[in-house]
Amino acid sequence: MSEPLLVVDNLSVTFSNQGKSVYAVRGISYTVNKGEFLGIVGESGSGKSVSSTAVAGLLPSSAHVEGSIRFNGRELLGLNDRQLSEIRGSEIAMIFQDPLSALTPVYTIGQQIAEGLRLHDSKLTQKSAEARAVELLKTVGIPNAERRAKGFPHEFSGGMRQRAMIAIAIANDPQLIIADEPTTALDVTIQAQILELLQTAKEITGAAVVLITHDLGVVAGNADRIAVMYAGKIVENAPVLPLFRTPVMPYTIGLLRSMPNMSDASTTRLVPLEGRPPLLTTRPTGCPFADRCPAVKAICRTSEPPLAQVHSPTGERHVACHRADEIVAGTLRRDEIFPIPAAVPSSEKSTVDPDIVVEVTDLKRTFPLTKGAIFRRRIGTVKAVDGVSFTVRRGRTLGLVGESGSGKTTTILEVLELAGAESGSILLDGVDTATLTNKARRAIRGNIQVVFQDPMASLDPRMIVEDIIGEPLTVLGAPRSEIRRKVANILELVGLEPSFASRYPHEFSGGQRQRIGIARALVVEPKILVLDEPVSALDVSVQAGVINLLEDLKERMGLSYLFVAHDLAVVRRIADDVAVMYLGRIVEYGPSDLIFNEPRHPYTQALLSAVPIPDPEVEQSRQRIMLTGELPSPTDDIVGCNFRARCPLYQLLPDDRKVLCQTDDPAERPVLGRQVACHHAESNLLVGQ
Amino acid sequence: MIGFIARRLINYIFLSAFATMLAYVLVSATLQPGARFYGRNPPIPQGSIDAALNKLGANPNIPILERLWTWVTQLVTTGSLGISTRGTEVTADIAARAGTSLRLLILGSILGAVIGVALGVWGAVKQYRTSDQVITYASFAVLATPVFVIGIVLMIIATTLNQAVGTNVINFTGEYTAGLEGGFWTLFADRAAHLLLPTITLTVTAVAAYSRYQRSAMLDVLSADYIRTARSKGRTRGSAIIRHGVRVALIPMSTFFAYSFGLILVGASVTETVFSWHGMGEYLFNSVGNSDINAATGTILFTSILVLIAGTLSDVVYAALDPRVRV
Repeated sequence: MSEPLLVVDNLSVTFSNQGKSVYAVRGISYTVNKGEFLGIVGESGSGKSVSSTAVAGLLPSSAHVEGSIRFNGRELLGLNDRQLSEIRGSEIAMIFQDPLSALTPVYTIGQQIAEGLRLHDSKLTQKSAEARAVELLKTVGIPNAERRAKGFPHEFSGGMRQRAMIAIAIANDPQLIIADEPTTALDVTIQAQILELLQTAKEITGAAVVLITHDLGVVAGNADRIAVMYAGKIVENAPVLPLFRTPVMPYTIGLLRSMPNMSDASTTRLVPLEGRPPLLTTRPTGCPFADRCPAVKAICRTSEPPLAQVHSPTGERHVACHRADEIVAGTLRRDEIFPIPAAVPSSEKSTVDPDIVVEVTDLKRTFPLTKGAIFRRRIGTVKAVDGVSFTVRRGRTLGLVGESGSGKTTTILEVLELAGAESGSILLDGVDTATLTNKARRAIRGNIQVVFQDPMASLDPRMIVEDIIGEPLTVLGAPRSEIRRKVANILELVGLEPSFASRYPHEFSGGQRQRIGIARALVVEPKILVLDEPVSALDVSVQAGVINLLEDLKERMGLSYLFVAHDLAVVRRIADDVAVMYLGRIVEYGPSDLIFNEPRHPYTQALLSAVPIPDPEVEQSRQRIMLTGELPSPTDDIVGCNFRARCPLYQLLPDDRKVLCQTDDPAERPVLGRQVACHHAESNLLVGQ
Repeated sequence: MIGFIARRLINYIFLSAFATMLAYVLVSATLQPGARFYGRNPPIPQGSIDAALNKLGANPNIPILERLWTWVTQLVTTGSLGISTRGTEVTADIAARAGTSLRLLILGSILGAVIGVALGVWGAVKQYRTSDQVITYASFAVLATPVFVIGIVLMIIATTLNQAVGTNVINFTGEYTAGLEGGFWTLFADRAAHLLLPTITLTVTAVAAYSRYQRSAMLDVLSADYIRTARSKGRTRGSAIIRHGVRVALIPMSTFFAYSFGLILVGASVTETVFSWHGMGEYLFNSVGNSDINAATGTILFTSILVLIAGTLSDVVYAALDPRVRV
């Protein structure tokens, strides 16, 4: 058999900065065959990006690279920049995470694609390169390619930019495409489109693909083989099916158990991976996962296990674990390695009457759109929220979901503002917030609190934890001793040591910081907690801990949550009711189980079907309902149903039934136990597909 | 876009008009052009003094606002900025001196900007290496040295050189050698020789400032993802930095460029004084020294028009360089 396309052998990358070394990648070996799809999975800081950047020779000069990278039988390490630049772009292409910052803002998209073509073909004229660039843009599915090629990156949406990025990558028919978190910044619907495009690109060019991601769901349906990285090492490398079915390395097992799975309605609690990965400023002496591994033995602390071949009934694989044989043989059972955290005992659950605590009726919020140089004039209206109604009952959770730009955040900001609404009404505990005096507003503020998305940015780095958590109490004028006592209590409640009170936020990990954010919100004993993407900035393994905490707190304190998230698996986990938003409206609203099991609105169906599921068999067998195009501008006045242009159901309808969608704006109406804004919800052909 | 520029221009014009009127009031309230007529022996008759002050429009017995009104009306109707204390038209003075300043400064400013940008890019690419350290320390040393010291040091070096060679290779007083006769090339060479030292002075100070700004703008850009993308397409590091990096790093510099080019005509008073060039900078100094209200206000109006042009220019340059701000 001929040599694989890419052979990485004992690759190490060390960053040195002012005498301090970071051992980012510590001797990893893997191969990629021609046309193979390899997924590299790991948490932030695991070295997954660094190792692939090293393959392309794009590491900064402070990186010290050792080992061997052979591409097509040719050693890449040791080549100079000029020699590597001949390979880059023509044989090895890269796709990066954030396509806004990855495209030069001052050149047009067409110029940037043509540039890559001309660099590797000096005979190509500028004109024919530009013509080819337009061809490529058509290939990656950009409408009006001729016109869009003359556009600048900032004029493109995130999904369109990533398409352009893929066009650059496939321009010279590469043999290897390295995609570094290509869908992380995108909405699920767009993510599904991009992943499909990546598969198409792979088919067109016949290239092998290395996809780097933190999301096991993304690779489950696409990759042939998966390498799991942890603390600068590959800890498990196996074909995709055995890796998901019978993972061997405890880290892989834990990662899979900690992920909320959207296709799974079970109420078993998620299993968090406690602790955090070691800092790689020193070489670990034992297994780097030992501190977080419940199956740890004495030998794990003293010697680091090598990545060794393991024979298991489900096929060959490579695992770095001292206890791999026991796990394969079944003497150490997979589901017993990580203890399932105990649920809140029923004696500690608070029972509350299901009164309505938040009632929003026909909420509207618009922003003026102005134009004109010397004299400003109003040319239109952005309808950010366009008639939204929902209720939250005591002790229940309402999940608000939708793509970015659907009006989720504007909705919760209107509720949090406690200043009434532009149109419609917002009632908290039966009191209309429009009628509140300033004094009453301050009094009611304690009833509704918020937890923000980014736990790094939402905590003041110059304040100690006690001051951060106690700040809402000082506003209410509580005495110092009482603040101290309450902060200590609340820290314990969110699972942190009371002694942490005197530390600064930078000393904590992301998960701990989010717990501090939750503690700050809870210290004034609110009834309602607004959670704006509370876990989306966290690594998968710590997400589970925060989700469990939120579930526990709700049961202990009888809280009501208004939960905004784009990760539908998390919403399914935590929400009792779900409201799906599209272009400032709620298109489907009802009990969570009902909507997730049998969505009725075509948008909900597409949204659910776009979510990658961390199970290769489910992924490969399921039929996706793809959404074409992207969210239209909220300034457009659309006659009829505003989802029509992207609606997968509309395209299947006979012409006589399309008329209704073209002329009538569907109102919310009850269908099978939930509210749906669709004319054809009952006879939806997409159900069950 | 044109609408946007027009709106900015209208703002700038209002601002200039207001600044000039405010300047007239301030200058009139501070300077006393009548003072030099008093205490003379034999005393000048009061009638003559009043007549002279009336001619300048600076009679202290007339309320300032009324004088301002007269001055503005005169400017708007005849385009005249009034008479200087030496009896010349301020407008004509400014026109003559602006030309001198322009000749002196344009070369130094352009050289300073080009070399400064090049050194800034170099320093950023070689961050913390020896070459970067040398550029950094040298530019701080220049920024910390008063301009006249640089001028005088250059003069001393030139004098030493002239003495060593035996003839006057480098002339540095004034704009040209008075009374020199000869063909076009002789006069051109003479003027060029006179330009040498002041140009070096201006270039060195401009390079010091530009290289600092450009270095930090460039450092922001160097770690940008699009440099990595350009390299992943097959550009070498150097080529990616120049094609994609410098082009973007010049955007924040454009405001700085525009203002320094706009203000070159009045921005080098010290250099002009040191090398005895009779430019606008010297004119402003002298007008204050002579209690010359019209000349001082005229200079301020001239400056504010330059700021107006520079501001508009910076908007235009910014939009030309950065497609994201085009509307």
